[in-house]
Amino acid sequence: MVRMRMNQAVAAALADEMREDPDVVVFGEDVAVAGGPFKTSDGLLEEFGPSRVRDTPISEMGFLGMAVGAAASGLRPVAEIMFIEFLGVALDMVVTEAGKFHFLSRGAFTCPMTVRASIGAGLGFGCQHSQTMENWMSHAPGLKMVMLSGPQSAYGLLRSAIRDPNPVVVLEPRALYGGRGQVTTGADGILPLGEARRVREGEAVTVVSAGAMVKVALAAAESSDDWSAEVIDLQTLIPWDRDGVVSAVRRTGRLVIVEESPYTSGWGTEIAAHVGARLFGELRAPVLRITCPDVPVPFGRELEQRYMPNPGYVTDQIDQLLATGRTPDPWWVGEGRRA
Amino acid sequence: MGDGQRMERRRAVANDRVARYERMVEIRAFEDRVQGLFAQGLVHGTTHTAQGQEAVAVGIAAAARPTDLVTCTYRGHGIGLALGMTPEVILGEIMGREIGCVGGIAGSMHLCDRELGLLPTFAIIGAGIPVAAGAALTAQVRGTDDAAIGVFGDGAANIGAFHEGLNLAAIWNLPVVFICENNQYGEYSRIDLTTPIEDLADRAASYGIPGIIVDGQDPDQTVEAVGAALAVARSGGGPTLLEMKTYRYAGHSRADKAEYRPEGEFERWYERDPINTFRARLESEGLLAAGAAEEIEQKVAARLEAALRAVEESPPATVDAMFGNIYASA
Repeated sequence: MVRMRMNQAVAAALADEMREDPDVVVFGEDVAVAGGPFKTSDGLLEEFGPSRVRDTPISEMGFLGMAVGAAASGLRPVAEIMFIEFLGVALDMVVTEAGKFHFLSRGAFTCPMTVRASIGAGLGFGCQHSQTMENWMSHAPGLKMVMLSGPQSAYGLLRSAIRDPNPVVVLEPRALYGGRGQVTTGADGILPLGEARRVREGEAVTVVSAGAMVKVALAAAESSDDWSAEVIDLQTLIPWDRDGVVSAVRRTGRLVIVEESPYTSGWGTEIAAHVGARLFGELRAPVLRITCPDVPVPFGRELEQRYMPNPGYVTDQIDQLLATGRTPDPWWVGEGRRA
Repeated sequence: MGDGQRMERRRAVANDRVARYERMVEIRAFEDRVQGLFAQGLVHGTTHTAQGQEAVAVGIAAAARPTDLVTCTYRGHGIGLALGMTPEVILGEIMGREIGCVGGIAGSMHLCDRELGLLPTFAIIGAGIPVAAGAALTAQVRGTDDAAIGVFGDGAANIGAFHEGLNLAAIWNLPVVFICENNQYGEYSRIDLTTPIEDLADRAASYGIPGIIVDGQDPDQTVEAVGAALAVARSGGGPTLLEMKTYRYAGHSRADKAEYRPEGEFERWYERDPINTFRARLESEGLLAAGAAEEIEQKVAARLEAALRAVEESPPATVDAMFGNIYASA
């Protein structure tokens, strides 16, 4: 076990995969000489050289297209998108090319590429650099998608993503890069794709969260003496762990989902619909989604913090759910806004 | 047809100008047949045919190795046939049958043949350009002397992927040949209405790479140009942009009768029809004897009839094919 920041865990995963597989290459904007704008590729250029670690021009469509071609022809490229919004100009390459190559070649070609992108609010970057945008990729069969929640998750899931024979999008909450934790490196530290991870035991309610919201859900669960919450880190958004989540909720009878994204069409909508349909009649309360409001991410510090679910708000929402058996209104209804 | 026969078709085009001529005749007859089948309502969906562009297709196939990966557009039947794919696997794909090269789940715009070097063809304009650069990156990182070929139309020269792909290939000196099939029309719009310069090859200058205009109606010139650019790429000389001036005889897709064409334009291009002029050259060189061209046409017609029968006997695409290749397993 080594104590490290999440950005260091990302770099460690990249380095370990590059040591084990000469086909792994890394490219993106400022990832080589500068070691990445968030220091997630620090030291790679020095160790692996300029053929395998490359700075690209500001050309997301171009270098993600290159990743598709490189992956289809035998490399395992890892491309970095500095802010998830920059994927907007290159989405075709991920959703419509990479995600379809296996299908369109009757299995003859695979596309083992990894697209890493920083996501999320909390650091004052404004509404064009603070979204999560996971639903850009969630409606495109052929892709996999994971969301990191801390140093171990970063190390373990990224290694699996690079090894996976399919295109995998890795969403990295920017606000977590500086957070430290103990990390098991090497083979024992690898986390499989497609499996949710229970990070806290509990009886009264199952809280499913992902990314930066795992910490928020955990803090909320720790803060209450009135009820005990099981907390699940979904880890893989596509394909998500249906069996694991359904069996967890079957035990507690209550499902709360905490998401760092707008209410409408969030990833939790899918979980809520599936669990609600599967466990109708077994649930002891309506499924509760705790999300951001349907607004662009605000800039000012206080508003930005209010925009995202925080531990106090999550605790309060669960208190209300357990006390009334009904879905509490989100905070913005108290401000006279539509639910 | 098995792998060996597809490779044999490829070798024939690579080694023999008469075989190249025969393949051009096959492409023309195939495309005419496809248009006919659509007109009869025997196939659904859409299709994009490439009559008039046969010399570009055989030029690429003759110069490239099967290990040089090719990205190609949705107007890909001709290049697929030139590379060695058989009429039945392409027609089967167009008609949604199990015999199709992708099992009938992909359609006319999506052909693929890994052994022959054809990546899944691209139905998004320009997308194949950076993807070809990526295939070239693999050759460069691994130190092989393979190269990649990115084929696209004139319409793609105005999309970002063209500029980003050429720029990246240039700064990394990648072994890739970019081939613009300038058939004068981007979908329904004539090129001079969408593009402020006459020669797209000029755009290479922005990226510091050679931009060469090639007579896309002459298969001897296309083979030579692609071969020379590939030789540069293999020897570490970096990318080249080839602009092949050619002409699309049909409309953009099956619904388009191309009524927007100026009077006399088609006729002017047809005077330099790539098949007619190549036939005359081969005859004058004594490579095609009297009557040989007619024999080739009959042979090709019989081959296409047999292909159509094979496709008609093949069952529709299966549910297994639909679910079978969404995710690869490790």
